[in-house]
Amino acid sequence: MALSNEYIIQRLKEKFGEELFTFQESYGMLELVAPKEMNLKVLNFLYDDAQLQFRFLTDLTGVHYPNRTGEELAVVYHLHNLQSNCRIRFKVHTSVDQPEVYTATGLFSAANWMERETYDFFGIQFVGHPNLKRILNVDEMDYFPLRKEFPLEDQTRIDKDDEMFGRG
Amino acid sequence: MSRPVSYNLIQKPLEKDISVAPLPDGHQGEGFFATSLDAVIGLARKNSIWPLPFATSCCGIEFMATMGSHYDLARFGSERVGFSPRQCDLLMVMGTIAKKMGPVVRQVYLQMAEPRWVIAVGACASSGGIFDTYSVLQGIDQVVPVDVYVPGCPPRPEAIIDGVLRIQDLVGKESLRRRNSEQYKALLNSYGIQ
Repeated sequence: MALSNEYIIQRLKEKFGEELFTFQESYGMLELVAPKEMNLKVLNFLYDDAQLQFRFLTDLTGVHYPNRTGEELAVVYHLHNLQSNCRIRFKVHTSVDQPEVYTATGLFSAANWMERETYDFFGIQFVGHPNLKRILNVDEMDYFPLRKEFPLEDQTRIDKDDEMFGRG
Repeated sequence: MSRPVSYNLIQKPLEKDISVAPLPDGHQGEGFFATSLDAVIGLARKNSIWPLPFATSCCGIEFMATMGSHYDLARFGSERVGFSPRQCDLLMVMGTIAKKMGPVVRQVYLQMAEPRWVIAVGACASSGGIFDTYSVLQGIDQVVPVDVYVPGCPPRPEAIIDGVLRIQDLVGKESLRRRNSEQYKALLNSYGIQ
C-alpha cells in the first residue's frame, strides 16, 4: 500500500485540526512544521497510526536560522515508513533564548545519540533526555559550534596572514 | 623512475655498493679506537630509531609507501616499527589531530621513555592545515614538543625520509646531558610535563 502525501496531510488534519501545521512539499517529500509543544504528540500519532506507521527515525538534527526572530532553531526529524517506503520530514522551531524541546528517546531509542549530537552542535536542550551531554566535541567546549553566531575559523590564531589567504 | 622533485633532482653518485655508518672522530691505532661516549651512543641511536606511527589520515598512507619496498625507510635503520610507545624512540604524528585526539597524542608521548623525539608529518599535524575549525588541533606542538616538521599536504615519501634523516642528525649530535638540562626541563614544563 503506497502512502500518498495527500493522505498523510488529511490524516493529520483529521487528528489535530486544520490550523496546526504548515505543509510543504519539495522534491516529492512532505515537510510538516508544528509547534514545538506538539512534537511528541505528532510523533506518537505518526508512529501508532495503523495506516501511517512512521516507525523508523532516519535522522534527527538541528538547523540555525539566525534571522528568524523567535524561532531561530529548528529540530528536524526524518521519518520513514518502512512498509510502504515513504519518507517525511517533521520540523519544530524553538527560540534561541529558550531552546527546549521534548525528547523523542521514549519513542525512538535511536534518538538518544542523535539528540546528544544536536545538543552538542546547536545547544538544543532535550527535556527528559536520559543523558544529555556532548557526544562528539571535547567536553571542555563552552559553545555550540554549528550555531551561526560563532565564526568557523579559530579567532585566536595569530599566524594566519589574511593577505596570504586572498582575503586581505 | 620517480617524478623529479627537489629530493631527487640532485644526483648523488653511489660511492660504495654497501654504505656503512661513518666512523665518528677519534683516535685509532693497532687494536684500539678512542672517541667520546656521546659520539658512540649517538651513532648507535641514530641508526636504530624505532618509529611509532601515529597515523590518522592521508599522511599515514604516504608513510605506508615510505615503509614499502620502493622507498624503504628500513635502509636508514628504522626497520622495526613499534606499536607500543614504551619501546619506541620516535613518535611520528601523521595526519589531522582533532581536539579530542589531543590528549591521546599527549598520553602516547608521556608513555614513551626518554630519550624520545617527535616528528610532525604534514600540514595538519604541523599547523592544523586546511582545517582551521573548531574541532581540529592547530598543530600538535600545542600538546607535545616537536623536533622536526615535514611540510606537505600530504608530503611525498621522500619528504618523510628527509624528515627522518633530520631527526637522525638531531639524535646523532645530541649531547647526553641534554635531557637533564634546565632548558629541556623548562621546555617540558611549558607543556605541563614534569
